[in-house]
Amino acid sequence: MNEKPQIGLFVTCLVNLFRPSVGFAAVKLLENAGCVVTVPDAQTCCGQPAHNSGDKKNSRAIARQVIATFEKFDAVVAPSGSCAGMIKQHYPALFSDDQKWRARAEALANKTFELVSYLSDERSVESVNATFNGSVTYHDSCAGLRELGVHDQPRKLLDSISGLELKELPGANVCCGFGGTFCVKYPDISTRMVTDKVADAAATGAGTLLAGDLGCLLNMAGRTTREGRTIEVRHVAEVLADMTDGPAIGQPEKAR
Amino acid sequence: MQSQSHNFIGRARKGLADVDLQTALARFQTGFTVKRAEAAAKLPEFEALRDEAVEIKDHSLEHLDFYLDHFATKVEEGGGEVHWCVTPEDARQKVLQICQAAGARSATKSKSMIGEEIALNPFLEENNIAPIETDLGEYIVQLAEEYPSHIIAPAVHKTKDQVSDLFYKHHKDKGAGKRLDGVEELVTEARGMLREKFIAADVGITGANFLVAETGTTAIVTNEGNGDLTQILPRVHIVLATLEKVVPTLEDMTTILRVLARTATGQEFSTYTTLSTGPKRAGELDGPEAFHVILLDNGRSKLLGSEYREILRCIKCGACMNHCPVYGSIGGHAYGWVYPGPMGAVLTPNLVGLKEGRHLPNASTFCGRCEAVCPVRIPLPGLMRKLREEEFEAKLLPPRYRLSLGLWAWMARHPRLYHLAAGFGRRALNMLSRRQGRLTKVPFAVGWTVGRDMPAPEGGSFQAQWRRKGGRT
Repeated sequence: MNEKPQIGLFVTCLVNLFRPSVGFAAVKLLENAGCVVTVPDAQTCCGQPAHNSGDKKNSRAIARQVIATFEKFDAVVAPSGSCAGMIKQHYPALFSDDQKWRARAEALANKTFELVSYLSDERSVESVNATFNGSVTYHDSCAGLRELGVHDQPRKLLDSISGLELKELPGANVCCGFGGTFCVKYPDISTRMVTDKVADAAATGAGTLLAGDLGCLLNMAGRTTREGRTIEVRHVAEVLADMTDGPAIGQPEKAR
Repeated sequence: MQSQSHNFIGRARKGLADVDLQTALARFQTGFTVKRAEAAAKLPEFEALRDEAVEIKDHSLEHLDFYLDHFATKVEEGGGEVHWCVTPEDARQKVLQICQAAGARSATKSKSMIGEEIALNPFLEENNIAPIETDLGEYIVQLAEEYPSHIIAPAVHKTKDQVSDLFYKHHKDKGAGKRLDGVEELVTEARGMLREKFIAADVGITGANFLVAETGTTAIVTNEGNGDLTQILPRVHIVLATLEKVVPTLEDMTTILRVLARTATGQEFSTYTTLSTGPKRAGELDGPEAFHVILLDNGRSKLLGSEYREILRCIKCGACMNHCPVYGSIGGHAYGWVYPGPMGAVLTPNLVGLKEGRHLPNASTFCGRCEAVCPVRIPLPGLMRKLREEEFEAKLLPPRYRLSLGLWAWMARHPRLYHLAAGFGRRALNMLSRRQGRLTKVPFAVGWTVGRDMPAPEGGSFQAQWRRKGGRT
């Protein structure tokens, strides 16, 4: 293995727009793990909204753009199981009848990873240098869990943080109701699902709810603030990178 | 049965607001999932058995014509009759003919989703033959003048209190004469009510979990024993089954049985597994005098040659709906036709039409839990996605949604414009949030804010900040 792998950070459209601190947390974690990180300008989105709406033509066009932008790196890492899953599991299938692009899609798929599992599985990171005073609970985002097998890795790294107590979330593997366009197409059903999720999270008694996908996190944070719950919501990378000084998702800037 | 799937959104909303339904669903959601996980964990070869089940079903589907033909020949050799029916109407007429030829006034029924698919009960009633549901759940649903909300637990949407009321209303003169509370009392009363009907019935109608080609056998799995009484006591036994139920051998059937009950209810085996191989033979004491198998196509042969073929592997265990958070939120009636949950989301649009059933494959977060537990590994989210592709190509999406999707996709393909537009949006959201960190209402995003706030962007896109810092954290 190359001593200093060149990483293309697929920052994801949601992190780029809503929560840049997750991007900086990802960079810090990757650099601490001995990687050189580049953030290509030309990235926008992995194409899931089109792919999940049945728009094959646009899904392919966006996929080609992502492939062309990222194929030069040793590895592509995203702080999201669903975007990494899109590239890893769905891109090759998009080009089932296009041999040339299929080969390029497969090559990219083989070196694309979700952030926390990349650190743990590919860079053998066993612990992180962070402190966190309080208890957290962790929601397994669906695509990360079931498409990429992200389950033990975040728990293991969270365990290495001094002061942090992990309280397991009952039904951690049940969807939070985000589902991309699902949450705006079927808002009533989505609201019901996320209401159950934040109630379960709050019932653990943990002070902070973590997950590895910003879509789910915006959904869960939006519901906790709507209900006036005190549990805070953060991306797991923020905690692992020891970058939890700023406000949690959906919280105002702290008064200075 | 007439589909109401086009009204999915309204029906889902009704389900979400139904307090009794929500009580029933809360209990249901944990029961089956825990039991399935325990049963699977206890059997070391469980995953291998799933693979074997897939192989058996795929092989059977690949040679469906051969095995169906063999099955029919064997049934006829044993003195039974096979009736090939293309449409629900064909199947209803055939059942009626058989009932009328037997001079039937009543027919007992054990659970059959095909019976629901062809809307047999109202049809028999119109023709002065009383259909009597004998599965406890089906019996409850029949008394309530409803239809099943789950393929293996028809009355899962009802609370015990609702059943108490229902039994009191219908059994008043004949039953205990008072409102019963205990589960056992209720079951005993239903059993008493059904006993004389079992004996009086002229025809017994069952479904089939399997059709076994090698022996011409039909098989059902039940937990109540009502299936046995339905098919043994009356003079005539009618089996309702669709084409894809056939497996080559008894051995194949038992392999699939080993995953079926574990996946469905967490049992190692259902309480009863009942095999029927033709009518009563000379010298036999029990069994019907006539044995009829209605083999219904109703769209299955078309599915066989389509990209949705894998849905025909389905063994109707119900695990996909047991594990589906959408089903668990809205209940089965929201789906508007016979088959709810993920398997229904694939089957319904294929059987009643994509335009009618278009919501069903859309109403999924693609969380993948259904595929993870499906005993025959049907790629349910993948098949739902194919339906969405068909829907997109047929331009069935609401025009506004299609337009915004097209616009967004165009932007996503033009990074500079995309980032420019995203920047505008981000600044607008930031301004509207007034430093509260969140927005309670956002124009054009009512779908989001109806049930949750929108967290405000932190300020400054990651990429812009990254560039400003010269690629440093």
